[in-house]
Amino acid sequence: MEKSVQIHVNGESKVWRSGATVADLLRDLDIKAERVAVELNLEILDRAAFAHRPLNDGDRVEIMSFIGGGSF
Amino acid sequence: MADDRLMIAGREFKSRLWVGTGKYKDFVETQKAIEASGADVVTVAVRRVNITDRSKDNLLDYIDPKKYTILPNTAGCYTVEDAVRYSRLARAAGVSDLIKLEVLGDEKTLFPDTAGLIEAAKILIKEGFIVLPYTNDDPIVAKKLVDIGCPAVMPLAAPIGSGLGIRNPYNLKILMESVSVPVIVDAGVGTASDAALAMEYGADAVLMNTAIAGAQDPLAMAEAMKYAVWAGRLAYKAGRIPRKLYATASSPIEGML
Repeated sequence: MEKSVQIHVNGESKVWRSGATVADLLRDLDIKAERVAVELNLEILDRAAFAHRPLNDGDRVEIMSFIGGGSF
Repeated sequence: MADDRLMIAGREFKSRLWVGTGKYKDFVETQKAIEASGADVVTVAVRRVNITDRSKDNLLDYIDPKKYTILPNTAGCYTVEDAVRYSRLARAAGVSDLIKLEVLGDEKTLFPDTAGLIEAAKILIKEGFIVLPYTNDDPIVAKKLVDIGCPAVMPLAAPIGSGLGIRNPYNLKILMESVSVPVIVDAGVGTASDAALAMEYGADAVLMNTAIAGAQDPLAMAEAMKYAVWAGRLAYKAGRIPRKLYATASSPIEGML
């Protein structure tokens, strides 16, 4: 059986395949990398790093983008 | 009005009306309202992507970042740490260093926490952000924000979404006279006359969201705001007559029977 990792994506617990990178995660979730910011364990990643940052067990990933809003 | 451009931190803006993108029925209405308003700066919030339902459209499919200046905000942030974190995420998600910085003090009033605002602005300016701070109508705080490097200030007219109009015109006027940077009146506008008044007082621009999105006909209100801001700006530049208690006839006495 393929090994897997337990990660948290936008607050949800997910089981992902071991060895997957941030870029793989975005692709699997059908999210365009150029539209989002990714924070991995509180560190904001450069887009260039998406392809070679592997996901490890327990990682907390936040995928953020722009939504409608004026002031709050 | 074509030569009457607003300049902030070396950037030129065509429109003196800036609009938010929240509270609309859908993205099509958002797009049409922005079009009708003539605004070239639109504010957006930063939030988690919905990872379970990917069928939802993206706001930027409707608002072309090549056509509009996207101004991310830190709406919803109540601490310096959160505001700084959201600003960094906004920069990472976008293409520019612009940030409309909000550090809110209280859920009921949504008034800014000005001490936190100054602290967050200092951190972000050091990191190269162009910080446009959402602040109170307090001239002293505005001066401090300018002193630490904010290239514009955005004082409120009234609480966010309240539609109360300009609650303290004298403070706003003093604020405008106190700082040498553009002043963008942000929040509290209810209808077109409020926007015109802000511009007549000497505001360099007005930012609004609810006044348009919450109107019964948002597209018509967006257009009304466009003209109100133009009218107010023109009136400000033209220079109004002084107020007098008694009448002054505008027809000559000479030639009367």
